[in-house]
Amino acid sequence: MSANAKTSIHQTDQALGRLAKRKAKENRFRYAGIAAVVIAMVMLGWLVVSLVGTGYTAFFQHYLTITVTLSESDLDPHGARDADQLRKANYRKIIQQALYSRFPDVTDRRGKRSLFHTVSASGATNQVRQMVYQDPDLVGRKITITVPTSDDVDQLLKGHIDRDAPEDLRKVSDQQIEWVDQMVASGDLTLEFNWRFFTSADSRDPELAGIAGAVVGSIMALGVAFMLSVPVGVGAAVYLEEFAPHNRLTDFIEININNLAAVPSIVFGLLGLAVFLNFFGLPRSAPLVGGMVLGLMTLPTIIIATRSALRAVSPSIIDGALSLGASHTQAVFHHKVPLAASGILTGSIIGMAQALGETAPLLMIGMVAFVTEIPTSVMEPASALPVQIFLWSDSAERAWAERTSAAIIVLLLVLITMNAIAIFLRSRLERRW
Amino acid sequence: MEAAQTNYIGSIGLKPSMGEVIEMMASAPATETTKTKFECRDVEVFYSDKRALHGINMDVPDSGVTALIGPSGCGKSTFLRVFNRMNDTIPNARVAGQILMDGQDIYSKDIDPVLLRARVGMVFQKPNPFPKSIYDNVAYGPRIHGLALRKNDLDNIVEKSLVRAGLWNEVKDRLKEPGTGLSGGQQQRLVIARAIAVSPEVILMDEPASALDPIATAKLEELIDELKEKYCILIVTHSMAQAARVSQKTAFFHLGDLVEYDDTQTIFTNPKDQRTQDYITGRTG
Amino acid sequence: MQHFLTPEIMTCAFLIVGVVTAFLYGRGLATSRAQLTADSAGAHSLPSYHGYFSAWTVALLAIGVIALWVTFSGALPKFMFPTMMLGAIALGFIIINRLLTPTFRARNHVERFVGDALMICSGVAVLTTFGIVLSLVFESLRFFDQVPILDFLTGLNWSPQTALREDQIGQSGSFGAVPIFAGTFMITAVAIFIAGPIGLLIAVYLSEYANKRTRATVKPLVEILAGIPTIVYGFFALLTVGPAIRNFAEGFGLSVPTQSAIAAGSVMGVMIIPFISSLSDDVINAVPQTLRDGSLALGATKSETMTKVIFPAALPGIIGAFLLAVSRAIGETMIVVMAAGRAANLTGNPFEAVTTVTVQIVSLLTGDQEFDSAKTLAAFALGLVLFVFTLVLNVIALLIVRKYRERYE
Repeated sequence: MSANAKTSIHQTDQALGRLAKRKAKENRFRYAGIAAVVIAMVMLGWLVVSLVGTGYTAFFQHYLTITVTLSESDLDPHGARDADQLRKANYRKIIQQALYSRFPDVTDRRGKRSLFHTVSASGATNQVRQMVYQDPDLVGRKITITVPTSDDVDQLLKGHIDRDAPEDLRKVSDQQIEWVDQMVASGDLTLEFNWRFFTSADSRDPELAGIAGAVVGSIMALGVAFMLSVPVGVGAAVYLEEFAPHNRLTDFIEININNLAAVPSIVFGLLGLAVFLNFFGLPRSAPLVGGMVLGLMTLPTIIIATRSALRAVSPSIIDGALSLGASHTQAVFHHKVPLAASGILTGSIIGMAQALGETAPLLMIGMVAFVTEIPTSVMEPASALPVQIFLWSDSAERAWAERTSAAIIVLLLVLITMNAIAIFLRSRLERRW
Repeated sequence: MEAAQTNYIGSIGLKPSMGEVIEMMASAPATETTKTKFECRDVEVFYSDKRALHGINMDVPDSGVTALIGPSGCGKSTFLRVFNRMNDTIPNARVAGQILMDGQDIYSKDIDPVLLRARVGMVFQKPNPFPKSIYDNVAYGPRIHGLALRKNDLDNIVEKSLVRAGLWNEVKDRLKEPGTGLSGGQQQRLVIARAIAVSPEVILMDEPASALDPIATAKLEELIDELKEKYCILIVTHSMAQAARVSQKTAFFHLGDLVEYDDTQTIFTNPKDQRTQDYITGRTG
Repeated sequence: MQHFLTPEIMTCAFLIVGVVTAFLYGRGLATSRAQLTADSAGAHSLPSYHGYFSAWTVALLAIGVIALWVTFSGALPKFMFPTMMLGAIALGFIIINRLLTPTFRARNHVERFVGDALMICSGVAVLTTFGIVLSLVFESLRFFDQVPILDFLTGLNWSPQTALREDQIGQSGSFGAVPIFAGTFMITAVAIFIAGPIGLLIAVYLSEYANKRTRATVKPLVEILAGIPTIVYGFFALLTVGPAIRNFAEGFGLSVPTQSAIAAGSVMGVMIIPFISSLSDDVINAVPQTLRDGSLALGATKSETMTKVIFPAALPGIIGAFLLAVSRAIGETMIVVMAAGRAANLTGNPFEAVTTVTVQIVSLLTGDQEFDSAKTLAAFALGLVLFVFTLVLNVIALLIVRKYRERYE
């Protein structure tokens, strides 16, 4: 038998040697494929780990509990409880005094200043001002309040500032570390959930900055984008798929939409700048304009998704409806569009998710303003979540990097949720008929 | 036999009808098979949990043409793909039992399907030349297997293969033209040349003429007849006339079972099983 | 209270109330009239169509009034408009009353209107393209009035700072865009250099080697990379990849800035991996199975089948996929804004900071600016170049891919 087998030219020793080499090559090729998959996964993992690792600490913040004396002589020397006076009063001094009385052995000016720098100056003063303004009866009393610490102290306690580094190379002095350690030991300095991050707008101070303004701006812009792109996109898709005659004009529209889908997003921003701002004179930085630009940008996505959803519905549905005496319009709107609804909805959500993450066109129409108020209408200057991330990313301090990453985590969670809803809807609504 | 004969009375005159073939065969002595190329022992094929072949036992001689016939879906093509382990490429397909080639189990761990397929060539239902030149199509196998060290050797192999496949005279002036530009029959012979170029011992043919017109089919059958001198050929065909014309042994499959396996002459003149008889007389299938 | 009763608010309220009551009135009228004459065939259209028709009639008249308002807003006293709106609505009701007989073909009128409205919707997409082309071309022409187009396209020096004082030297800035084009090209090349092989190998692995379950898990995971906003990639490059590359280079005694072509390009490469992998996956799967079988049956290994049969057959489609990825990379903004730098270096070294078309558009248009200055207009000229270039790439890619599909269909 083996003698017979040896007659094949494929079983000579040379042939078997060649075969071994080919097998090795095959394995190398296969491993290269696995390596490519692994590299992509590692990059994804690295991205997630580095952002989450940098950002998760921003969801917590160190707060100092201090007792402040709201002396009448400092705040309201005339005793009139005049609203204007109460707003203008020197609350900074109140906070300083509270701190100095806690560490009475600090007497020199430099020491005092550095002691005051352990709390968030504007955060603490604004907090007391707000309390007194709302309840003037507090004047003359002693109250205990919890104020955010300064970002440096916060970073120190989160372990992001190296205590062992030489003093002139770190942002907190030995003296400050000593005070902070005492406050921690006495239980006055605690780590708490950073609600402010979700309820405040932007600020110059990282410990006070939040994403609420940007989130509201994003919601407004997305609302405008949704109201523009979904009705128009679905209408255009229904027209092209069901009503349009096949002629040069509709061919042109088709090519047009396909190319529009590939236009870089920044070009839509240029369109918004030239047309909406300079030609129509709409306000800069407004979510209305941002939303319109994002809406035009997502329009092709929604048209393409709707058309494929409509195409997936069997054309026999239309024939069935027509045979019952329905008009073409009735057949389309009573039967075909409802059956395509899940696909349309999925496409719309994915389009909106794309618009939510988009930054470049918003930069063009000036939605990069530093806005410390939560916007209340679509005509007011506002920021948006990705733009907020861009603005914060410019600052090199660890406290800002932390907040930038935290904002990214929030953005990614929202996007994951939107995509999950889209996938869920697709599987849930698909082919019920 | 009457029924079968009337079935083929309308076929063209180039090839002898089945009735004529059987008459010729009846007068010629049956081919003596000397050696066994494949021994199949309880071969079963599963697609996921579905059993497509139920324990096939069969010996394939190492020369001549063995035809596999039977109605659609009877498992004949599945069985053919067992011999070069092409079922390995289908996800969820599983083969059980033993197929011994020259006494060696081709499903054992130390058999490399790549080496096996070099020894067992295959021709498919639809001609599938690569989108390359005629030359490159034929040279593909020798190149990957490293059979020719010099350009000259390769030219020789290509020419010899094309000559043997009966295509050389038609294409010798346009070897650089794409193989996809040939006619269907030429493409199928090109694919055979491509298989021959690797110097296989066995050639499997899966309904090779089903996509061809009658003239091309006749040429192909002529070619098969010549090739059987050098190679062991297994051919799946749905045309009983073709099986009768080209093969020496015939196996009849029905619903995943090997119903009857014998000399072609016996199968067509004196089938033992009722199902075989029904099929070849055109009552079923 | 008077605060709320401005003429604007009143007009709007009248409009909404008018349209809604017109719908109800039209529907009711049709129902009752149909019942009165319910002798033979009945009404032509359903009552609700009469309602829609009525609402549309009133709305059309109201839109007419609003158009008048916009045109003559200065010339007429404000209180005129709510009155005119009321008049228009009343007129609408009179027309409805006249027209809505049971034989009135309300449905046909409504459907024609719906058809027109849908056509206008698809017109918006065309209008957007026209808007883009017109605004880019118009502003670019103004730019080329100030800076000759040849200087722009062939100049080697880019420093668009405009002068603070009129008499300052070089006040017009210098607008030679070659360093920008070179930077864009280099970052795109780095990105494709990374994404091309990785994306292609992923496509090959998933289509030829991976089993169903691996494919079902890996494919969506890879596609997540395409769903991550570019701002996130940008920050990742700035925060992690840039410093990592700098530290790595320091290990070899090289000094590489945190912002470099290699940092921006490699992160962008990661972003476009899924574009290449899923487009290539499509074209590889479009190659007929018979070719695979033919090659495997000759004793070829999977890798030989892939590189010698499938890859050449799929080549046009893969080229199309690469072109689409290139166009994507060229138009990408946030990653390069954050990770590539802003200085217009004309360099061949990917370890230096370079700038790109999109970065320059952003930096020219953010911050304080005058709209008519050459600096601002230059952004539109760059935008025009970007638009034309990506458009051409896309058209070529789509043509190639379509031709390729036809071959195997």
